[in-house]
Amino acid sequence: MLLSARGLTKRFGDFVAVDGIDVDVRRGEAFGFLGPNGAGKSSTMRMIGATSPVSSGDLRIFGLDPATHGPAIRARLGICPQKDLLDEELSVQENLWVYGRFFGLTRAQVRARAEELLDFAQLTERRADKVEPLSGGMKRRLVIARSLINNPELLLLDEPTTGLDPQARHTLWDKLFRLKRQGVTLILTTHYMDEAEQLCDRLVVMDRGRIVAEGSPRALIEAHSTREVVEVRFDADDHGAHAGALAGLGERVEVLPDRILVYAADGDAVVAALAARGVVPLSTLVRRSTLEDVFLHLTGRTLVD
Amino acid sequence: MGAAGPTPGPSPTPGPAPSPSSAPSRLAAGPRPPLSWGERTAGLLAFHLTLAKRTWRGQIVSRFLTPVFFLAAMGLGVGSLVDAASGGVEGVPYLRYVVPGLVMSSAMTLAVSESTWPVMTLLKWNQMYAAMLATPQRVADIVRAHWIVIATGIAWAVAVFIGIAAIAGGVGSWWALLGIPIAVLTALAFVAPLFYVAARSETDEGFTTIFRLVVTPLMLFSGTFFPIAQLPGWLQPIPWATPLWHGTVLARSAFLGNPLPPWWWAHDGVLAAYVLVFHRLTLVAFRRRLAA
Amino acid sequence: MLALGLGRFVVLRNVTSFRRGWAVFLSGFFEPVFYLFSIGVGLGVLVKTVTMDSGTVVPYADFVAPAMLATSAMNGAITDVTFNVYFKLRHARLYDTMLATPASPRDIAAGEVTWALIRGGVYAAGFLLVALAMGFVHSWWALLAVPGALVIGAAFAGLGMWATTYMTSWQAFEFVFLVIQPLFLFSATFFPLSTYPAALRWVVHVSPLYHGVVLERSLFLGEMSWSLAGSVGYLVVLGGLGLWGAGRRIGSLLLT
Repeated sequence: MLLSARGLTKRFGDFVAVDGIDVDVRRGEAFGFLGPNGAGKSSTMRMIGATSPVSSGDLRIFGLDPATHGPAIRARLGICPQKDLLDEELSVQENLWVYGRFFGLTRAQVRARAEELLDFAQLTERRADKVEPLSGGMKRRLVIARSLINNPELLLLDEPTTGLDPQARHTLWDKLFRLKRQGVTLILTTHYMDEAEQLCDRLVVMDRGRIVAEGSPRALIEAHSTREVVEVRFDADDHGAHAGALAGLGERVEVLPDRILVYAADGDAVVAALAARGVVPLSTLVRRSTLEDVFLHLTGRTLVD
Repeated sequence: MGAAGPTPGPSPTPGPAPSPSSAPSRLAAGPRPPLSWGERTAGLLAFHLTLAKRTWRGQIVSRFLTPVFFLAAMGLGVGSLVDAASGGVEGVPYLRYVVPGLVMSSAMTLAVSESTWPVMTLLKWNQMYAAMLATPQRVADIVRAHWIVIATGIAWAVAVFIGIAAIAGGVGSWWALLGIPIAVLTALAFVAPLFYVAARSETDEGFTTIFRLVVTPLMLFSGTFFPIAQLPGWLQPIPWATPLWHGTVLARSAFLGNPLPPWWWAHDGVLAAYVLVFHRLTLVAFRRRLAA
Repeated sequence: MLALGLGRFVVLRNVTSFRRGWAVFLSGFFEPVFYLFSIGVGLGVLVKTVTMDSGTVVPYADFVAPAMLATSAMNGAITDVTFNVYFKLRHARLYDTMLATPASPRDIAAGEVTWALIRGGVYAAGFLLVALAMGFVHSWWALLAVPGALVIGAAFAGLGMWATTYMTSWQAFEFVFLVIQPLFLFSATFFPLSTYPAALRWVVHVSPLYHGVVLERSLFLGEMSWSLAGSVGYLVVLGGLGLWGAGRRIGSLLLT
């Protein structure tokens, strides 16, 4: 067990950001914290990264207590923060070099690691360029490369693809997959359900500092949602008025401001039933359930505002 | 990006690599040897050195030219007037009197420049301090390393200025070289409180005001250009309570080749107190801001 | 030529944004006052009197005070046109927005210069009050000190703005400081021209601040002469040149 938390709590004055959570992460797995902004994911990550003290509860990383062995833990971790904060006065490779020296690596070790990582991040041609003109995706790859300079066993990623275009996101997922295959344990936070489904072996769903569900993505969907979902849109400002027309269809109906969701095992059957009732919506869409539906069911809110 | 060219066969892995030597490497799997105090500081100094290599050119002119301008204008220009009217100050030509004051003032100005905007940059704008703390470094390390770097830079600048002043005839004794450590101590007595201020500031708006309402008046009223005995009584506590005058008094004795001033230990004491007290406060403020 | 025209709303923008930066605004006033008390009064005890280039002998503080008023005007004008204009040109895209409305680059330049003059004028007026209270004013001609300050401010505002349009990074501000500092120290501000080696005296005549200092000194001490027209003319020409150049540069920078 690489990471073990019991009753982990973080308080800022009166505000409780993380409210007594229990988490276990095994070596070699990709573990996710899924939840909207303000759920307490970043606070949890900072405690795991031994950069923020635990308010109460038990936390062990590599079997060590961060309160007493912080530096020893951080020596074996890689931390990829949410924002792309690099030193803009320095070049791409200099950013890698200086960071490696913070770990006590020798100059030779740092140069060698930087070579590998520039290749891994596909930034070798830009190595001598200053950081400032790089695109968002490149900066993100550099931040991830930097977080790997010390060959960490555990990599913490806080919202790794927020703000990136779809192509950059897929490139990044690909890189993270490769790392996982090489044995690096990944812990990431995200509010994107596709990221959580694609990358994570197991995840916990967080809301307002608490864990509301845990398991693998598939298990969560099976437990908390149906196989398929029908999105029904009407030409109306208030979809609530149309809810009555769909009563009794499928297992569950969820009314959102801009559409109505009908949860059922067979979406096409629902669409047919709608037609049989003589209801004519603006559009219908049949899709598979996602973690977003799980979150909606558990908390009544969407992941992304 | 996108469809990257497929590498034939297994590509070099950025994952856990086998360690070639028998000594436990900091790249090997499992627990890694802890870093000593010296190793941690050395790692941080490497960063500051890399940064300095990139930025020194922009600073070189103002660092050295400003004190030289004052040397010429006040030491030589106004100095000729003072020497003609009063035969010098405290028994020496005005140039000799003002040089140690200018040395200390320039140390103070450098100290304040280095402890304001650059610290805000590392604290907030590029958050490099936070990046350092994501490694085995600690808050005490990052403060210590940054102060070492600032002190070293000031020592160099002061040494050069003393050389220039000597050529201009403003230095009367080899003891003037003691001006370097005195300047470093005086500078740190400013670095410390300003790091604390920076740690508690959200924006850099206060910094310009500090230059105009703290640095400039201190330079002008702390015995740099004329003895503080000439100040009205109600102003006299200010040089006593602030570091610059104490450094200037010590430096003046050294530059003029005089014996240690009476109360020399009190002067050192005030400077040391500023450094030690604000060092503690800085650590507390940094921890609250970066490791909360 | 300084017709406000559409430049007046540029002035309005500055007033509103300065409500917040009042501390910076106020603090800029104090520097010359500090120098007056320190070098003028404090060091004046040691210097006692100065023989000016005109031959008059004055107490040192009376020699320094008008020079500090001229400096005050320079400070007030230069800070605005450099830092703020640079920021607006390169970062805040404010000028782009303004150009989308019917204002010509020359109007914008005029607006900025006007604001810089207001600031310089306020500083100078404040300084004049301090000088009056301290007894450094010896002539009714000093009533023209603030208009004189505006002329000084105009010269620096125009030139400063023109120079700012050439700056490409914050590092360039080192050069602003490196020009202003020696101007401040070596424009016969603290010691008369006669102190300089003869070969270097012509260099001082190039400094706009020197002409401002000469102007203000004459007004404070009531020593008027026709040669002052030369100084005033020099300042006006520099200001006009700067304004014209700045207007052209802003136009070419933004309309391409």
